[in-house]
Amino acid sequence: MISKGNYSDTFVNVSKRNIVIIGNGISGITAARHIRKLSDDAITVISSESPYFFSRTALMYVFMGHMKFEHTQPYENWFWEKNRINLITDHILAVRTSDHTLEMQSGAVLEFDVLIIASGSLPNQLKCEGENLKGVQSLYSRQDLELLEKNTAAGVVQAVIAGGGLIGIELAEMLASRKIAVQFLVREKNFWGNVLPAAESSLVSAHMRSHGIELRESSEVAEFVGDDHGRLVAVRTKDGEVIPCQLAGITAGVRPNVDFLKHTEIELGRGVKVDPFFESSVEGIYAIGDCAELREPPLGRRTIEPVWYAGRLMGEQLAQNLCGNPSVYDPGPWFNSAKFFDLEYQVYGEIAAAPSSSAESLYWEHSGRKKCLRIQYDRSTSVLQGIHAIGMRLQHEVIAQWLKQGRSVHFVVDHLVEINFDGEFSIRHEQEIQRSCMEQLSVNANQS
Amino acid sequence: MSLIDFGRGAEANHGVYFRGLTARGVAAYLLGIVLTGFYVLLFWFPQTLEGLIRVLDPLSQTLRGRASDQWFLYGFFYTTAVLVMGARFIYKRSHNRYQVIRTVSVMFFQLGFAFLLPAILLRLNQPEFYFSYFWPLKREYLFPDTIQSLASSGGLGIFMVVWGVAMIAVVTPVLTYFFGKRWYCSWVCGCGGLAETAGDPFRHLSDKSLKAWRIERVLIYSILLVIIALTILLWVNSKSGGEWLGSFSGSYAKWYGFFIGSIFSGVIGTGFYPIFGGRVWCRFGCPMAAILGIQQKFFSRFRITTNGGQCISCGNCSVYCEMGIDVRAYAQRGEAIKRASCVGCGLCAEVCPRGVLKLENKPIKIK
Repeated sequence: MISKGNYSDTFVNVSKRNIVIIGNGISGITAARHIRKLSDDAITVISSESPYFFSRTALMYVFMGHMKFEHTQPYENWFWEKNRINLITDHILAVRTSDHTLEMQSGAVLEFDVLIIASGSLPNQLKCEGENLKGVQSLYSRQDLELLEKNTAAGVVQAVIAGGGLIGIELAEMLASRKIAVQFLVREKNFWGNVLPAAESSLVSAHMRSHGIELRESSEVAEFVGDDHGRLVAVRTKDGEVIPCQLAGITAGVRPNVDFLKHTEIELGRGVKVDPFFESSVEGIYAIGDCAELREPPLGRRTIEPVWYAGRLMGEQLAQNLCGNPSVYDPGPWFNSAKFFDLEYQVYGEIAAAPSSSAESLYWEHSGRKKCLRIQYDRSTSVLQGIHAIGMRLQHEVIAQWLKQGRSVHFVVDHLVEINFDGEFSIRHEQEIQRSCMEQLSVNANQS
Repeated sequence: MSLIDFGRGAEANHGVYFRGLTARGVAAYLLGIVLTGFYVLLFWFPQTLEGLIRVLDPLSQTLRGRASDQWFLYGFFYTTAVLVMGARFIYKRSHNRYQVIRTVSVMFFQLGFAFLLPAILLRLNQPEFYFSYFWPLKREYLFPDTIQSLASSGGLGIFMVVWGVAMIAVVTPVLTYFFGKRWYCSWVCGCGGLAETAGDPFRHLSDKSLKAWRIERVLIYSILLVIIALTILLWVNSKSGGEWLGSFSGSYAKWYGFFIGSIFSGVIGTGFYPIFGGRVWCRFGCPMAAILGIQQKFFSRFRITTNGGQCISCGNCSVYCEMGIDVRAYAQRGEAIKRASCVGCGLCAEVCPRGVLKLENKPIKIK
């Protein structure tokens, strides 16, 4: 499966293909830019969300008044014409694989030689009563942000957020910036408990509470209650409690935006099923980014990864693949980052949310409860599996290299200084962390 | 009122684009008019400020042993602005030690080197000398008239001449090699000091377009050439006893003083803070920044490094760059940022929500 010997021959000798990209998010736009660098193909990008590429991750900063929407656009508007990337604002109704055409909302029909599906995600729904009331919404797209402005313009005093992931805490921060009281309902018994171990989750929860967020663990929405005008007035929880509110945010994660492909030949799982070269079950049709589902994900990676950099890497890789330099997608060890109000979080490699029989970890927490670090390693071989930190910046390249080299936990503890990426004059804690790690290592050694 | 009502830490930039004063609203234009109006009165109609000037007589007598004048009034306002707005900045960014230490530094140099020390020198009947300003920003410090009068004023005057020459010829290249231009522009300089403190609420207003960058390069290096030519001309004229060029170099110097010194660096540079941000002069005009920038770009260890693949292209770094550098364009490609104009204020690294940017002067490792 990995080898595609005739891959480059298929396309390189064909001059000026008509490449159409569905979606102008990070994956689609990265693919377009890199194809332009490598070839003279005709490139068209279609989006119904926004005429120009913008950074979805920055929508929260627009709402908080840190920037204007135009600042979320990484390229000036002249960039696209200059680079002969044709932008179309329209919505795809149907993909016809038989004659290689797209049917669009405007009535136009677009032909393609190569189709790249980069349609991103859709927010998950809770599937409970009242989800369509005015004042109940998700937060993903530019339109969601506009809706949030509209929903909060009327003067929201109390909001409820349902679903405890990263978008949830971002929405909490956004609403808090407008002095809106937030009750944050989290299904798990710890915030982001499917990713963070209990200690880190407790640290983040305490920080969130210090910013005025009323965090409620093990709590789920049963029903959104509306008035006669179809406007939200309250949320009823599964415990039967009724929380009066004027806004409810549903932040229960995202799923691939592939519903418009349901009646095509393109094989779908949760997303568009693709091979290691991002090709779908239909030749000449590819999928990248949030909407792609890798049939054979690289080691340590998931089949669907709705994160910013994965979209970017896939876009770059697909451009190479299409322009004569094919290779298998290799994003390296998992990493990610987030920010919880003042607390930055970075993770490299694997950190288990719950204790496991095969992995052991070392944990250090600063007395001020704004910083912590965890190192996870294999219990039997002592090989490093992952590092994450809150309140400290870590050096990506160094840790990625250690993970690839299979460094031992002892090496990592000895060389902790090398992974620090905090700014100049920052207070450093390496010695304290090392001391704590050595103690834990000796305890762990005695136990096994 | 956004200058008084502000958040800290992650809340430091809340509402910046919602308030007229910091988002080019009516209040911003009104403040711009007040500030530029003040400069116009100060430079060309100082008699209208007589009342204010007299209020400062007791302070001026105490410090300088003489009555207040328009420049003492200006220095007093300037220093007060740096101290008050510096305290505000430190409060906002108190979690970031680089920002705190850097701001204490600009406050110290403004109060000590640009306000108190020159006043005390006057009191001691010594030349009024600013040890924190050098040619070509303080252009007259290498002009023949200044050097001759300093040199003839005694031992301290000679020291001042040597200081002025050594700072630009020796100390500046060495410090810039190790630390980048920031050692001066955002740690010592008074213009930079005002921009970093009083100009902080407006730093996001700098123009990030490619067009602005083009204008910047033409303007700043042209002004540098003009000041170098002017200095050479004055020396040629002085050596030839004024015969060679007559009064040409003198009027050239006057015109430079009027257009560059007064109008550009004063009226536009500071008066337009609420419209174009705090670094208009530093970015488009300052010849000192031009020299330091060339050194920083080609002969310096300083750069802003990016952290692997963590950038999410959110754009906070670019928005809050007071020098109008599109920091994101580099960060999202994982490239280190090495730009002539960067003053190393560190706000890009501070506002980055993903820990991507870091100011560094470690020797560059060859991988």
